[in-house]
Amino acid sequence: MKIIVLVKQVPDSTEIRVDKVTGTLIRAGVPSIINPDDLAGVEEALKIKEATGAHVTVISMGPPQASGMLKELYGRGVDECILITDRAFAGADTCATSSTLAAAIEKVGYDLIIGGRQAIDGDTAQVGPQTAERLDIPQVTYVDKIMEVNDKSVTVRKSLEDTEEIIEAKLPCLLTTLSGMNTPRYMNCNDIVDSFSKEVKIMTFADLDIPAEKVGLAGSPTKVHHTFTKDVTAETETYDMPAADAAKLIAKTLKEKQIITK
Amino acid sequence: MAKFEGYKDIYVFVEQRNGEIANVGYELISEARKLVASIPQMGFQVVGVLLGHNVTDKANDVIAHGADKVIVADHELLEGYSTQFYADTLTQIIETYKPDSFLTGATVLGRDLAPRVAARLNAGLTADATKIEIDQEKVADGEALLLVTRPTFGGNLFGTIVCPDTRPQMATIRPNVFSMDPVDTTRTGEVVAFTPDFKDTDAKVVVKEVIAKVVEGIDITKCDILVGAGRGAEDCLDMVEAVAEELGGAMCASRAVVDDGFASKDIQVGQTGKTVRPSLYIACGISGACQHVAGMEKSDMIIAINRDPQAEIFSIANMGFIGDVKEILPLLKEEIIAAKKA
Ligand SMILES: Cc1cc2nc3c(=O)[nH]c(=O)nc-3n(C[C@H](O)[C@H](O)[C@H](O)COP(=O)(O)OP(=O)(O)OC[C@H]3O[C@@H](n4cnc5c(N)ncnc54)[C@H](O)[C@@H]3O)c2cc1C
Ligand SMILES: Nc1ncnc2c1ncn2[C@@H]1O[C@H](COP(=O)(O)O)[C@@H](O)[C@H]1O
Repeated sequence: MKIIVLVKQVPDSTEIRVDKVTGTLIRAGVPSIINPDDLAGVEEALKIKEATGAHVTVISMGPPQASGMLKELYGRGVDECILITDRAFAGADTCATSSTLAAAIEKVGYDLIIGGRQAIDGDTAQVGPQTAERLDIPQVTYVDKIMEVNDKSVTVRKSLEDTEEIIEAKLPCLLTTLSGMNTPRYMNCNDIVDSFSKEVKIMTFADLDIPAEKVGLAGSPTKVHHTFTKDVTAETETYDMPAADAAKLIAKTLKEKQIITK
Repeated sequence: MAKFEGYKDIYVFVEQRNGEIANVGYELISEARKLVASIPQMGFQVVGVLLGHNVTDKANDVIAHGADKVIVADHELLEGYSTQFYADTLTQIIETYKPDSFLTGATVLGRDLAPRVAARLNAGLTADATKIEIDQEKVADGEALLLVTRPTFGGNLFGTIVCPDTRPQMATIRPNVFSMDPVDTTRTGEVVAFTPDFKDTDAKVVVKEVIAKVVEGIDITKCDILVGAGRGAEDCLDMVEAVAEELGGAMCASRAVVDDGFASKDIQVGQTGKTVRPSLYIACGISGACQHVAGMEKSDMIIAINRDPQAEIFSIANMGFIGDVKEILPLLKEEIIAAKKA
């Protein structure tokens, strides 16, 4: 069985701060991490590999420096890492990203594809379903447990708002996974040593059968009109008074607003 | 001549499960009414799209909530949600009726379905938005360009997204950010039956079992009064609860309190928790990080108690009190009891 895991390198959003003057993100010094939902997917793929001897390929689209992150995944035990990188892919929205990823996936071949539910930089959760659509294969999103895998199908648990569903999907199919479904393993010594000799395979625009108008900015129907940081609009008043007076004023206000009734 | 000939109206996907319509559909219809009212010269309607089996009788509810027209696809293969059959049907509806824009709730279902349909149509889709406007400058050219705003980078930055070159303009919108207009049962509208044409009726994905999640306690998204506990109130959660109870509301919490193990994830408010919009939100010992604020800023009235005068929460609170929650909350409880009697 061939498993492909889609992995994105993202800035660690717990470290991100916004420049209040310019309204832009301060990226300098912010560490890059593997998107948490994707790391959960890598772990699931490695578990399936252990159980069935499946071959695990990780694919990422991003700038050349993402290859460092991919190399680390060799240390966790994946078989092959591919970085899709080309200037032509810059500025891709989810529509263009999914077209590009699907073109690469077609080249590699697959039985099961695992992506993260969403990437913490954009939080769109669209690339998974859109990649499945491009490949014309079924999908199950919001998977929090992979229960069974055989040559023909997978059985998974999907987490919805108020329910969980046990779902069987025919292969080939695409799953999107939730971080927290497992604890990703650390790199192990043997694999780390092996990883030194393993290369990240690079694919560029020329390696994919895809028209130029489907990728990058040209292939992206959504455009960023503008960005901004939170503007303060509420009428605010801050009081510094003894606790007893504060309690009285709150109760009085709530009474006036008829929030406190009988 | 209009830029996109033949494309018109704002369509809203009306999500239902077991015949029960999710509020977000009605919230989006209410918001779509405001949008079409802002561009009277375009003559747009609000159209609901309802998919399911034996759901046709629900179309009148959709009209009562503000739709001018409802397109109903009632088919046995649409009984339960299926990405495959729902995406096929929705794509056919969009190709047939050519909506200028198409809004879907950013629910688990909506975020599974909308991207699939958008990819098939190569239409632009903005995810998990919290605000929609129409670019009034473009209306003169006969174009209803949606300006769709969404939080990114964990709520640190907001982006306004447009789809100038493709139709329909699609977006998924977070539940609970728009209010729902009152129901008007005297409204009339058109109900159109749509028969989907499935090329392949063999289901590739089958739901074997549905298990209800055990929900502990109450649903904070439905509470009208919420008292939020932050890390600063961890020592006096009983007082937070007591005040909430006295006001007839419920306690909710910041992620810090959930992470520290003092509250269940079900009552977490914020970017990675729930979005709430009660009439009153009292933030107790909450710093006001953007990820928390993203989930409660739409509350009608926000009162904050924090001992740090610099706390961010004061910049969004209607009334801020610099002080210790451990001192104020017990007194507040007594004052509320007294005010009820008065
Ligand atoms: C991707 C991402 C998603 C996130 N999602 C969420 C989310 O959904 N919801 C959420 O809440 N957070 C979320 N966070 C975390 C968020 O950034 C903050 O860390 C969190 O909201 C802080 O919680 P807090 O205000 O309770 O705690 P703190 O930041 O520790 O603040 C405690 C406050 O209490 C005050 N205080 C202390 N003692 C007292 C006292 N005795 N009396 C009065 N005041 C006192 C302090 O002055 C301080 O302001 C997210 C973060 C990231 C990176
Ligand atoms: N550039 C990319 N390269 C590889 N995988 C990606 C890329 N962008 C998104 N994905 C995958 O799609 C998922 C959802 O991403 P998003 O739609 O951006 O929230 C991620 O968790 C990844 O698994």
